[in-house]
Amino acid sequence: MPRISDAAILGYGCYVPRYRIKGYEMAKLWGKSTSELPVKEKAVAGFDEDTVTMSIEAARHAINRAGVDPSKISAVHVGTESKPYAVKPSGTIVAEVLGLSRKTTSADFEFACKAGTEAVQMVTALVEAGRIEYGLAIGADTAQGRPGDALEFTAASGAAAFVIGKNSRDCIAKFEYATSYVSDTPDFWRRSYERYPMHGSRFTGEPAYFHHTISAVSTIMGENGFSVNDIDYFVFHQPNVKFPLAVAKVLSIPLEKVKPAIVADQIGNTYAACSMIGLVKVLDRAEPGQRILFTSYGSGAGSDSFLLVTCEGLERRRNLAPTFDEMVSRRKEIDYSTYLKFREKIRV
Amino acid sequence: MSKPASYWRLRPFVYRLEGSRCVKCGHFHPLVRKVCRRCGSKNLERDRLPATGILRHFTVVSQAQQGMEKNTPFIVAWVEMDDGSKVVAQMTDCEPEDLKPAMKVETVVRKIKVDGESRLIFYGIKFRPSA
Repeated sequence: MPRISDAAILGYGCYVPRYRIKGYEMAKLWGKSTSELPVKEKAVAGFDEDTVTMSIEAARHAINRAGVDPSKISAVHVGTESKPYAVKPSGTIVAEVLGLSRKTTSADFEFACKAGTEAVQMVTALVEAGRIEYGLAIGADTAQGRPGDALEFTAASGAAAFVIGKNSRDCIAKFEYATSYVSDTPDFWRRSYERYPMHGSRFTGEPAYFHHTISAVSTIMGENGFSVNDIDYFVFHQPNVKFPLAVAKVLSIPLEKVKPAIVADQIGNTYAACSMIGLVKVLDRAEPGQRILFTSYGSGAGSDSFLLVTCEGLERRRNLAPTFDEMVSRRKEIDYSTYLKFREKIRV
Repeated sequence: MSKPASYWRLRPFVYRLEGSRCVKCGHFHPLVRKVCRRCGSKNLERDRLPATGILRHFTVVSQAQQGMEKNTPFIVAWVEMDDGSKVVAQMTDCEPEDLKPAMKVETVVRKIKVDGESRLIFYGIKFRPSA
C-alpha cells in the first residue's frame, strides 16, 4: 500500500475546552441507567467556542512545537462535521488569525469522524509532491447529540492539529505508510438543514466501526509485512472506551499498547479530532524510534490508517506547548442547563 | 444587519492585535495608519501587541448590546499589555470570582458575536487567565 517517503509531523497540538459534563448528569435527567455509561464525562465547548476557535488553539500549539515561520505554511485543511458556516471555509479564518501565508490552499473536509485524517492524507501528499513546504492538518468538532439520545453521552468538543513537512532528523514522527478503507455503510448520517445526526444504533458496531477499522489495520500491517510485535502504540478512533479495546482483542493487541491512546474516558468522543487527540496523547509519552499505528474511523463509512516512527525531535519539542494531560487538567464541571445554553440547544 | 466590510477591515487588530507603530515615538495604533496621531511622524511600521498582559480593571455586563444578548453575563476587562498598551476586551474561560487585579492574562480568539440577521460570526481577541 502507499508508502510515504518524505513527510513527517513537525509539530502537534490539541485543544480541549475547559467545560465538562458528567455522564451521570445526563443519565439522571433522562432516566437512564448510570451503571454502564459509555464515558465518565465529556468536554463541552464554551458559548464563545466553535470548530474555528478550537482549530486555532490546536494549530497554535502545533506551530509552537514545529518552530516554523507561520508565513511558510501554505496549506490549511480542517476536517470537521460541525462547520460554523454551511458555505464559507473554516480554514481561511484559521489561516488569517494565525498569520499564515495568503498563498495557501484551504478546504474543509467532511467524512464524519475521519475528516481530520483526510486532512492528514491531503497535507502529507502535498508535502511529498513538493507542492508545499509546510501544511496544517486539523481535526476539530463540536459534536452534536440530540438531547436524550444515546449519542448525547459521548458527543464532545475538541481539536487536534499537525504541522506536516519534509522528513528531518529533528522531526517529531515520520510517516511510513498510509491506507484507506471505505464502503457505503449508512451507520450514521445527518441530512442538510437537520440539527442532529441519525444513527443505526447497534448497526454502528459490527458492520461499521469494527469492519472498517479492522480492515484498514489488517491491510496496512499485512501488505507491508508488520506484525503486532513491530508496533509500540496503537491509536484508534474512540466512539466510546469499549470499541477500541474490542478491536485490540480481535487483533490480539496487548492492551498496554492501546490504552495510552485512550482519551474518550476523559473527554468523550470528539469526532474528527478523536483519533488525532489520541495520537497527541501518545506523542506526549513516546520515545524516539517507536512505531505508532494510527487509525481513524468515520461513519458512512471508512478508516484511514497510518504507520509512523517517532524521531529525535520529539523529546525536545514536546515541552514547547501544553500536553494532553495539561489540557485536560483545566476543567470546570457544568450542569445540564448550562450545557444546553453553551451548545445553543435552547431555541426560543 | 452589520456590514461585513466594517468587520472585515478590522481583522488584523481583532484577530492578531496587529497595527501600526510609530518608529519615531513608539506609539501603537490599531489598524493601518500613515501618520502618527501622537507625533505626526509618517514613519510607521506594522507591529503586533504582545499576547500577554496584566488585568487592571474589569466589570460584569448583564445588559448587552444587540447580537450579544445570549452571552450575558460576560466580563469586560481593561488589560495593560506587556508593552504598556491598554486594551479593552472580553474575558473568557473564567468567572468574576476567579479574577484578581494584576493577574496575568493572555489573548485567545473566540466568537465575539453573531449578527442577528445575517448570522455572520464575528471572531476576535478575548483575554483569559494565563495558564
